[in-house]
Amino acid sequence: MDRTLFMATRSYTSRRELEQHTFSPAVTVLVPLAAILLQALLPRPFPRLGILDLPLIVTVFFAVSRRNPVAGTLTGAFIGLLQDALTNTPIGVNGMAKSVVGYIAASIGIQVDVENITTRVFMNFGFFLIHSFLIFLINRRLLGHADFHILWLHELLRAAINTVVAIPVFLLLDRAKRQE
Amino acid sequence: MESFVTRFKNVLVLVAILLAQTIGLAVQVRRPAEPGAPDGSSVTLIRYWAVSTVTPFERFFHGLGYNLRHGWSNYVDLRHTRQQNRDLQEEVARLRLEQAALSEDAIQGHRLQGLLDFQQHYVATTVAAQVIGTSGSDLSRVIYIDKGAKDGLKTDQAVITPDGIIGKLRDVFPRTAQVLLINDQTSGAGVVLATTRLRAILRGSITGQVVINNLTPDSRIKAGEQVLTSGGDQIYPRGLPVGTIESIKQDPEHQPYTLIELKPAANLSQLEEVLVITGTQSTLPLAAQHDLAVGAATKEAQDAAVKQLAEQQAAEAAAKSAAQIVADRLPSLHDGDQPAGDASTPAAPGATPGGVVPKPLPTVHPDRYSSGSTPSAADLKPGAPERNTPAAAPTPLPSIGRPQTQPDSTSPVKPQPQELL
Repeated sequence: MDRTLFMATRSYTSRRELEQHTFSPAVTVLVPLAAILLQALLPRPFPRLGILDLPLIVTVFFAVSRRNPVAGTLTGAFIGLLQDALTNTPIGVNGMAKSVVGYIAASIGIQVDVENITTRVFMNFGFFLIHSFLIFLINRRLLGHADFHILWLHELLRAAINTVVAIPVFLLLDRAKRQE
Repeated sequence: MESFVTRFKNVLVLVAILLAQTIGLAVQVRRPAEPGAPDGSSVTLIRYWAVSTVTPFERFFHGLGYNLRHGWSNYVDLRHTRQQNRDLQEEVARLRLEQAALSEDAIQGHRLQGLLDFQQHYVATTVAAQVIGTSGSDLSRVIYIDKGAKDGLKTDQAVITPDGIIGKLRDVFPRTAQVLLINDQTSGAGVVLATTRLRAILRGSITGQVVINNLTPDSRIKAGEQVLTSGGDQIYPRGLPVGTIESIKQDPEHQPYTLIELKPAANLSQLEEVLVITGTQSTLPLAAQHDLAVGAATKEAQDAAVKQLAEQQAAEAAAKSAAQIVADRLPSLHDGDQPAGDASTPAAPGATPGGVVPKPLPTVHPDRYSSGSTPSAADLKPGAPERNTPAAAPTPLPSIGRPQTQPDSTSPVKPQPQELL
């Protein structure tokens, strides 16, 4: 009711302006850090949880919530570079892939209703596959790793599992949104 | 121009960020000479910043979990400690015997190595460390430990567990270090097959398996064979366990080589505590020398005990043999109750040494010399007239000059074999 009243008293020129969210600086910094930290900690006691990509889930969430491609790109680059710094791969592999995913997610967020659960499921599944494809391209073409392979069945499984995890994470992070 | 930038602002930002990262990638790829090598100084600095940001949290959560788990197991859950202690003591005793058995070979091996001027590297010093985190990516199999340059760690030092090798230090920061596991696709190690002594190169794969893919098909290579470090890579000391061969199959991408998959000796996915080899030496460490000396002493004691036992058994056997010879030569008395037919059958060994004396045939015309015709001494009186009864013939005495009682026909005397001890 309040939201309807709020919307009625203002004029909007686009969907982007209608549902553009912001986050507090603490959430903006701590949530990606927490995602990277959990990603580094969880596979040690539970090795099978290495299939998760919590930083990518957070990247997609911030991108589609802000609906700003520049912000999505920068968020993806920051999270990806921080993730790369903890691995033994060259710094920039995840950074580039997540920058592109952040840009696309923010662009899609302008066009479609990303609050819908079904949309979120398909969106997350698709972004995980795009991310895997980009990692493959960067390793094979940019870095010249001719023996780099990706098991696509494994990537489909990874996308499905991460989508299942992403839905409750999105619902949890929805509480941190601030309406502008 | 301004409208162009405004219109394509988003795409331009994306392109700029991708370009910057591509340049960064190009710089990094140009620097390392080989896969798994440490980064350049600028990249190490970026990693250091990231690791410094994340590691304090990792340490905190690791310490919290460690104290919770070990607080329970160290102070509360002590139910099986006594049994474990007994089991360990038994294992120590068993290992001491094994050590004694192997010590002689080890001493001989060292002596031969010395003669051949063979350069050997033994683990001299290690630093124990705890695993506090991972890379978080299954495309990058690295772990972080809670020890760093301030604890004397350097890049390219081998990291092991008591079960076997796990990897090497890739990047070392002041208070933490990054360990590249042997199942990472950029990892490599020189190995030797324990039975066939074939040398090979161990590699990780993208699926996290440890493989050997530089050997041609060889019928001598079997599943289950143990694989050890060869020492040829100058990182891992020679002879450390790596794993066992799990499967052997053709490598479709690298013909005519085979793809040998290994099961790592150490559990690479559940690492908690590791040892970093910080120093090696060409001579055997003091503790190992002491163990070897203890093993040699145990071996000598065992040999002496075995020799003494063998001498005792030989003496007993010789004594028995002498008694047997004497008994064979001695005539024995027959058993009066034994049937005549049994006289021809050989007696059980040891029951009547020397065999059974054949029973004399009954006399056709008995006279005074015939057996049984002589009356007993109790019936004889001095001066009494000689009865016209056949006298019993005296039974010949055994030829040994020891007193023998004359047996009558109804009370057989069994000869007792003499035992010479």
